[in-house]
Amino acid sequence: MTTVIDVPQSLDDHSFEQILDQLKGIPADAKILLDARRSRWASPYGLTGLLTLAQTRLERPTLAVPENDDTTSYWSRASFFKHADGLYDITGRIPRTRQSAESSVLLEVTPIVHTQDIHTVVDNIQQRARAILQEKLHLQSQITMRFTMVLSEICQNVIEHAGTGGWVAVQAYKWQQRLGRHVVVIAVCDAGMGFRKSLESSPSFRPDDRWGDRMALEETVMRGVTRFRDPGRGQGLAGVKKFIGTWHGKLSVRSGTARIAVVPSWDPDDPLHENLAPFPGAQVQITIPERMPDQ
Amino acid sequence: MISHIDVSTVLKRSVCDLYSNLVTRPTGAAVRIGIEHHLDEIGDKALAVLDFSHVGLLDYSCADEIVAKLLLQYVSVDIPRREVYFVLYGMNESHMDAIEAVLERHNLALVTQLSDGAAQLIGHVNGEERAAWDKICELGNALPSDLAAATGVPFEKAEKTLETLWRRRLVIRQETGYTPVRRVVQ
Repeated sequence: MTTVIDVPQSLDDHSFEQILDQLKGIPADAKILLDARRSRWASPYGLTGLLTLAQTRLERPTLAVPENDDTTSYWSRASFFKHADGLYDITGRIPRTRQSAESSVLLEVTPIVHTQDIHTVVDNIQQRARAILQEKLHLQSQITMRFTMVLSEICQNVIEHAGTGGWVAVQAYKWQQRLGRHVVVIAVCDAGMGFRKSLESSPSFRPDDRWGDRMALEETVMRGVTRFRDPGRGQGLAGVKKFIGTWHGKLSVRSGTARIAVVPSWDPDDPLHENLAPFPGAQVQITIPERMPDQ
Repeated sequence: MISHIDVSTVLKRSVCDLYSNLVTRPTGAAVRIGIEHHLDEIGDKALAVLDFSHVGLLDYSCADEIVAKLLLQYVSVDIPRREVYFVLYGMNESHMDAIEAVLERHNLALVTQLSDGAAQLIGHVNGEERAAWDKICELGNALPSDLAAATGVPFEKAEKTLETLWRRRLVIRQETGYTPVRRVVQ
């Protein structure tokens, strides 16, 4: 029997939880069909999340692609179908990718498996990032390098901590309803061991009664704890948080059944969510908003 | 002996011809090993100028592997690997961000040479050390007695501070006195 999972019309980090809620209790070897026919939009988190989800299934899932041509066209331009093809049985029409001169896709969905993938990501994004961060988001010129540093560090976490590969995508778009401003969004998702298991693998790990996904996220994201003894570890995430603070951005990290966020004043999100539907690995999102003239 | 090391060239030679960015720990470790091989050839006492002019991006992890782990070998309180002093040259603002963060994390400090030729002390340095280093830069070369006379601190304290700066490889100890680490030649 195939279980049909509805993909929300607008797929982002919040609505992705609706997919995971539907998956709750369904064994990994059960056949599922993700029905995205009515989907009209997906954030980088949505697209990388769908690929990650497929990697968690033992039985190859099916994906019914969006019926809207603009949507499938965008998903194609973001290289989603290029990778989904290897993970899903795909039903529906996929348009041929057309390269647009003015794309808001800063970085297409890209697999992160080896160290050299990070060099490729960094090389590919710098030129496009400079144009979009300065012209659309009105951020100072020095942000480009720091933005790329952040991207590099987040991607390295996948290789070092996930134990498997992951996916990264970066896009700029206008958040008309939520913020009325342009934003640039980085999403990095993997289906690896997650933060809790990563810390548990440390020789010095001593669990207490409160130990779980939430505490693992608090330890790593907020306190910079890592499974390594090397005191130099954990600086990447510290650098990411410093960057987020400087540019009034948002960082959210989901792992297992919890999600923690560094929430700026412009966002009504809660800093902590617990008892979410379980999902392997770690899913990270960084949002940098356009700088307004009075800032 | 003064040795100029173009970090970008080490990157291309040690990792990949096509790379211009110092990102990821494995890349940093490979570059550090390349620099160590170079240092192995230049004798027991040397000033190494690490030139970042042609480096694109430097992330925190790579800075930790290259700068912090390299420095830690030469500022050991026990037996340092050799008497090697470092000056970092050609760094942009984002390089500085990453390097300062890793220096602070490991309680390290080093000297950078700015494009106008001025030397700058960055990283974890207390007020006494910084004041002494600034004074040494002003004097060019000084014995503990010179530093004590110039700053008004007791001789023993001046001597101890200079010894600390030397152990941290921020001043060069010579028979004639202590000289600030800085890039001497172009």
